[in-house]
Amino acid sequence: MTSVAVERQAQPPDAPPKRNYLNAGYTVRSWLFTTDHKRIGLLYLLSITFFFVIGGVAATVVRLDLMTPEGDLVQTETYNKLFTAHGVIMVFFFLVPSIPATLGNFLVPLMVGARDLAFPKINLMSWYVYTCGGLLTLYALAAGGVDTGWTFYAPYSSTYSNTHVMATAVGVFIVGFSSIMTGLNFIVTIHKMRAPGLTWFRLPLFIWSIYATSLIQILGTPVVAIALFLVACERLLGLGIFDPRLGGDPILFQHLFWFYSHPAVYIMILPGMGVVTEIIPCFCRKKIFGYTFIGFSSFAIAVFGFLVWGHHMFVSGQSVYAGMVFSMLSYLVAIPSAVKVFNWTASLYKGSITFETPMLYALGFVGLFTMGGLTGLFVAALGVNVHVHDTYFVIAHFHYIMVGGMVMAYLGGIHFWWPKISGRMYPEAWARFSAILIFVGFNLTFFPQYVLGYLGMPRRYHVYPEEFQVLNVMSSAGASILAVGYLFPLTYLLWSLRYGPYAPPNPWRATGLEWTTASPPPTENFASAPVVTDEPYDYPKFDAEWRDASFSEELAATD
Amino acid sequence: MSEAHSIHGPVAHQFDDLQQQREADELGMWTFLCTEILFFGGVFLAYTLYRLRDEAGFADASGTMNLWLGAVNTAVLLCSSLTVALAVHAGETSRRTMLVVCLVLTMILGAGFLGIKGYEYYEKYEEHHMPLFGLPFIYEGQASPATAEMFFDLYFVMTGIHAIHMIIGMGVFTLLLVKALRGGLLGDYSTPVHIAGLYWHFVDIVWVFLFPFLYLIGARH
Repeated sequence: MTSVAVERQAQPPDAPPKRNYLNAGYTVRSWLFTTDHKRIGLLYLLSITFFFVIGGVAATVVRLDLMTPEGDLVQTETYNKLFTAHGVIMVFFFLVPSIPATLGNFLVPLMVGARDLAFPKINLMSWYVYTCGGLLTLYALAAGGVDTGWTFYAPYSSTYSNTHVMATAVGVFIVGFSSIMTGLNFIVTIHKMRAPGLTWFRLPLFIWSIYATSLIQILGTPVVAIALFLVACERLLGLGIFDPRLGGDPILFQHLFWFYSHPAVYIMILPGMGVVTEIIPCFCRKKIFGYTFIGFSSFAIAVFGFLVWGHHMFVSGQSVYAGMVFSMLSYLVAIPSAVKVFNWTASLYKGSITFETPMLYALGFVGLFTMGGLTGLFVAALGVNVHVHDTYFVIAHFHYIMVGGMVMAYLGGIHFWWPKISGRMYPEAWARFSAILIFVGFNLTFFPQYVLGYLGMPRRYHVYPEEFQVLNVMSSAGASILAVGYLFPLTYLLWSLRYGPYAPPNPWRATGLEWTTASPPPTENFASAPVVTDEPYDYPKFDAEWRDASFSEELAATD
Repeated sequence: MSEAHSIHGPVAHQFDDLQQQREADELGMWTFLCTEILFFGGVFLAYTLYRLRDEAGFADASGTMNLWLGAVNTAVLLCSSLTVALAVHAGETSRRTMLVVCLVLTMILGAGFLGIKGYEYYEKYEEHHMPLFGLPFIYEGQASPATAEMFFDLYFVMTGIHAIHMIIGMGVFTLLLVKALRGGLLGDYSTPVHIAGLYWHFVDIVWVFLFPFLYLIGARH
């Protein structure tokens, strides 16, 4: 990076583009009836932030309650409802839509050089469907909550629980359709609307990961939909599909549930991997290492992801032979995951690494995802699984993937594309500080839970033996740091909307079509239809051209 | 699904040309049908599992089904598939009267199917073979009452979901009929008929599986 380039980069424009998608209309109507994918992305951003806060509050109360072995803060029934609320909201209303519905919605048409998604009205409808499902679930919470856990296991959910299972199940059923609509839209857009010259192997790898995610969304979501539909039928119509009295099989519910909900874990991590793959080459100024391997590993994860659901049921009475097959297949998922980690690391090798906020989040992702992934191998092993099944070890494992992985990637992505989304720069120092705070808080929260689980503390228990208190207090202290860490971005990003300096079209000197248009982009995305002639992530070439351009500018100035 | 009827002509703003739009619309519907296959897959899995556990019981319960009504309904539904195929052709070749007639015929056949289905439900109610809403379930065949009740649970869930899909399809055809009566859906504009037809054929194919699974496995006495 030459000094001239730094200067060019540091010079903020004096004003935003005269005409952009944000000032295309100021009325409420212009937002609620918009078919612009960028505005719908922002609607989703607001909604999922709202649900993230609610789910976070539930988690905070759970952690506060676990400060003492006796669980002094809330009653046992309330505790059950709190962890259920946390799980249901975070999984279905935050993690699943997080990156696809916000960054995906915003970026997919920009990255493929299209004016919009293939079906803009369906895209808007998906947000309304999401909102309806969300409101119904909120109603269930306000009316008294649900205590089944986010897994809704039958026959407790279908027959015995006397909480608001019905409303919650229908809420989750409805929100599933928004997920399907988003996935369908992405698949069609990626297939049919790529700019001239944008071949499959020139696509940003974010698009590959979003495509793999969409496949899971359209093929997995209907299965959980039918499972919840049958539970709802059982409660509403008095059917007995999972009722052992009629020869029904509660294990069938678990099969149907995990057939979606395990692949759903990859809905929650693949887009994060895509974001990290965009960030890393930009901040080490190198070509991504192993483009095709990263691309196809996304598909491998999506495909293998559909074949491993039984590893949630090792102790559910599943046949031991099925258990062995599922265990072996679960090990296979580690291969494409490791391929990605090795390729990210290889991309860093001998790169000119700088530590801007998105890069901090991306590096945090790589480390935490690796830890979450490796402990995934522990729980995929039949014998170890029996020991740590339904303990805090499992809780720590999937929080390392979902919070340490997905939420870090989500925040990294939000910071990386914030200049594009808002047209403003966020305050870098604050952002770096909170990225580090979140990393520290996260590890303090969840690392002790590995130990707790290994020592035998079961998940979902309200009270625990006294010898577990020290680790629980550490975890709760970490959760408080984490909560504060999340409040910082919420505050300074809002602040930057008004007071941040204007962002140039390409503040990070990144490759990719989304950086060739204005920040924020006009409603139609590109002033003229883009044509792609470059290979993806060609940072060395990009930097050389940038230097040449800066040098000739300098020459012109000295003449 | 289609944006084809915006005021700017047949091509919606996000597409470059008509062909791109048509391909996108069709791919969208095929993708949706993949979703639908997995949705129905869940109940078919439940059916397969429980039938394997008590094959004789399922056959016995299936023997009480009204085979004639089921067969007539199958014929009615297959005819509606034919009229949809003709409607698609009429739309593509810009024959408006033919398109309207075929759409109306499809809706009449669809309504006929739902009517017969409704009568069958009523029969089941009369026979106390309707284990819904806590109604009394009385089964006097050889199968255990529990297996018979499971069979009828599955019968109502599977045909119920199928009927909901039929009703949605009828709603779509109503919208298309209104457009066709106003002179739309012809030639370049006919993609909506095509993709609605794909959906209708899919719903018919589901029935083609449901009919043998529920009616034909029966032990006739």
